[in-house]
Amino acid sequence: MPDRARANADRWRSDYDSAVSSAPRHNRSGMLLKPLYTPEDWDKGQYADKLGYPGQEPFTRGIYPAMYHGQGWSRRMLVGLGTPEDFNRRQKEMLASGTTAVNFIPCNSVFRGYDIDEVDPLLVGICGTAINTSEDMRIAMDGIDLARISLGLNDPTPFTLLAFILLLAEECGISWDILSGTSNQSDFISHFVANHMFYRLSLEGSRRLLLDHIAFTTKHLPKWNPLSIVGQHMQQAGATPAQALGFTLSSALYYVDECVKAGMVADDFVHRFTFFFDVSISFFEEVAKFRAGRRLWARLLKERYGVRVPRSLRFKFHAQTSGVDLTRQQPLNNIARVAVQGLAAILGGMQSLHTDAYDEAFTTPSVEAARVAIMTQNILAEETGVTDVIDPLGGSYYVEALTDEMEQKTLEIIQSIDALGGMFEAVRLGYVQSEIGRSALEFQQGVECGNRTVVGANKYRIPEEPVLRTPVERPDPAAITAQYDRLRRYKLQRSQFAVSRALDQLAAAADSKKSNVYAAVIDAIRAGATHGETVGILRQELGFGQPLPMAG
Amino acid sequence: MALNRPIKVLLTKIGLDGHDRGFRLVATALRDAGMEVLPVGPWLKIEEVVSIALQEDVDVIGISSLSSDHLLVPRLMERLRGEQLGDILVVLGGIIPDEDVQPLMESGVAGIFHPGSSLSEIIRFIRNGAEKRQSSLIAKVAYA
Repeated sequence: MPDRARANADRWRSDYDSAVSSAPRHNRSGMLLKPLYTPEDWDKGQYADKLGYPGQEPFTRGIYPAMYHGQGWSRRMLVGLGTPEDFNRRQKEMLASGTTAVNFIPCNSVFRGYDIDEVDPLLVGICGTAINTSEDMRIAMDGIDLARISLGLNDPTPFTLLAFILLLAEECGISWDILSGTSNQSDFISHFVANHMFYRLSLEGSRRLLLDHIAFTTKHLPKWNPLSIVGQHMQQAGATPAQALGFTLSSALYYVDECVKAGMVADDFVHRFTFFFDVSISFFEEVAKFRAGRRLWARLLKERYGVRVPRSLRFKFHAQTSGVDLTRQQPLNNIARVAVQGLAAILGGMQSLHTDAYDEAFTTPSVEAARVAIMTQNILAEETGVTDVIDPLGGSYYVEALTDEMEQKTLEIIQSIDALGGMFEAVRLGYVQSEIGRSALEFQQGVECGNRTVVGANKYRIPEEPVLRTPVERPDPAAITAQYDRLRRYKLQRSQFAVSRALDQLAAAADSKKSNVYAAVIDAIRAGATHGETVGILRQELGFGQPLPMAG
Repeated sequence: MALNRPIKVLLTKIGLDGHDRGFRLVATALRDAGMEVLPVGPWLKIEEVVSIALQEDVDVIGISSLSSDHLLVPRLMERLRGEQLGDILVVLGGIIPDEDVQPLMESGVAGIFHPGSSLSEIIRFIRNGAEKRQSSLIAKVAYA
């Protein structure tokens, strides 16, 4: 630095220090932030190595050359409530108000791997759609063109919802190879660690199903993403942004490893891996997380698996705004939070976005709140001009320095997982769980002592809060009763013999390492087996999934 | 006056959901506050909760519900009363829609903690309630 600039820098520092007495600031990942970033922190001479151009290595600036100028991100809203008819109606409304893809949420009983007649009727159809059979899926998707829509199925192992879709496609004369979409909630490690609702089969059983599913879709559904590796659950459970990125990449490396061990070639399947992240209100930190994630993923795939094909190196991800940042107090404030989170996701270069509804801290989203959430995306995309320029924060001394630091910190986390023998071992030992628990506790302590401001909750409280509550939407009891009748009829009308035989074959496939279990799942569904029956057999053969208990 | 033993809390999740950030945080906080905590779950059935409460002689049952499983709680309250365990302090935490609050309180739930509640608030509430319960137990024993 020339003498004059040096002198100016020193003078600024001393002026700053005399004006400020507060403690240095840290972000959520625990990185110490400087009050100002300058060319000393990020030298533009590193441009070619560290940034490059969008769609080119190291992908820091985005995975596609045109980013949102080519194809906008897909605006998704989770939809799921009541019966298949309810889903169909709501999904069509969402498509009309600007969503461009389906994001199917089945009801909690389905998530747990049961049919509705296996659980308490009080819990049926409340937080998602009651869907147990291929007939239910036919009703849910009526009038929605499977050949043209991108399908996000929240469909943990053994992927029965996709099996329903495959049968429906056959009926409609749609060839499997043009179906596009993603098996969300396929990352069983994330369910073992956090958000256990999706955790159905034992670790080993889940692993078997996932590998067979990846092998199956790689062969038969070339446009399908069989795996979405989820950082969202872990960050919602308390992981810092850096931990969420590190643990998620460690899971991804484990999955690549397993597929390669099973005889698959990385370049044949890795381009179909996608990621799913939380985006918190820690704005610059989230942007840096995503930029660092792109760079690291490409680098790790090249270094560890010799992947060279550019499409395999693209770090594609869906982002969901963080529910943990939302407050029950003064709920309309959440609209502002979601807008900032959504902006971070856009400037972070995501491919697909779900924005939370402002009422999520106290209820299942109402129609109105869900509409505001999707309109927030529309405003960001089409009014603000933030997509006019690709990666507009690129070259900011702060953002680039933070991206570098995030990359380094994430790499250290990945190495700590490597040292334990990889992610599968690390979660089996409970290491990841306890790291996340510790971060959650630290965060909560920060909120309780007031070091971390949560507007409306620990600061700027309104003593007498005006009531702004939309009534909870609960499914119509008559419709749920009809859904029970439909399931009963479905079971009576099918060939019991064919179902028993197919379930026996499924059990045999699960026992034999040579068969593809996922193919047997599809055959069982085709023969008329329900979702609950399919999961039930696999739980018998491969073990029930139980998360680790809390350490005593 | 309080019993000469720590407050014993069964902390659990019933029904179908498995989000456990709050569950874990509260378990840690109650432990740090000197209570004996039994974290069990997720996915307990109502009958299982009642039978653990009975076997372990707990003062408090804490239930975390993020995804509508609180709808099962009135049935839990009925079962507890059926087993003469109606004086156990039952506390809920999580996402509980406003319109469900009154029916839950009427069913006998002692307190409901929504998002934004502080751990210290939860600890204070449980301590007060459990100590009152323990003193009334002592009073009953002394009376008999």
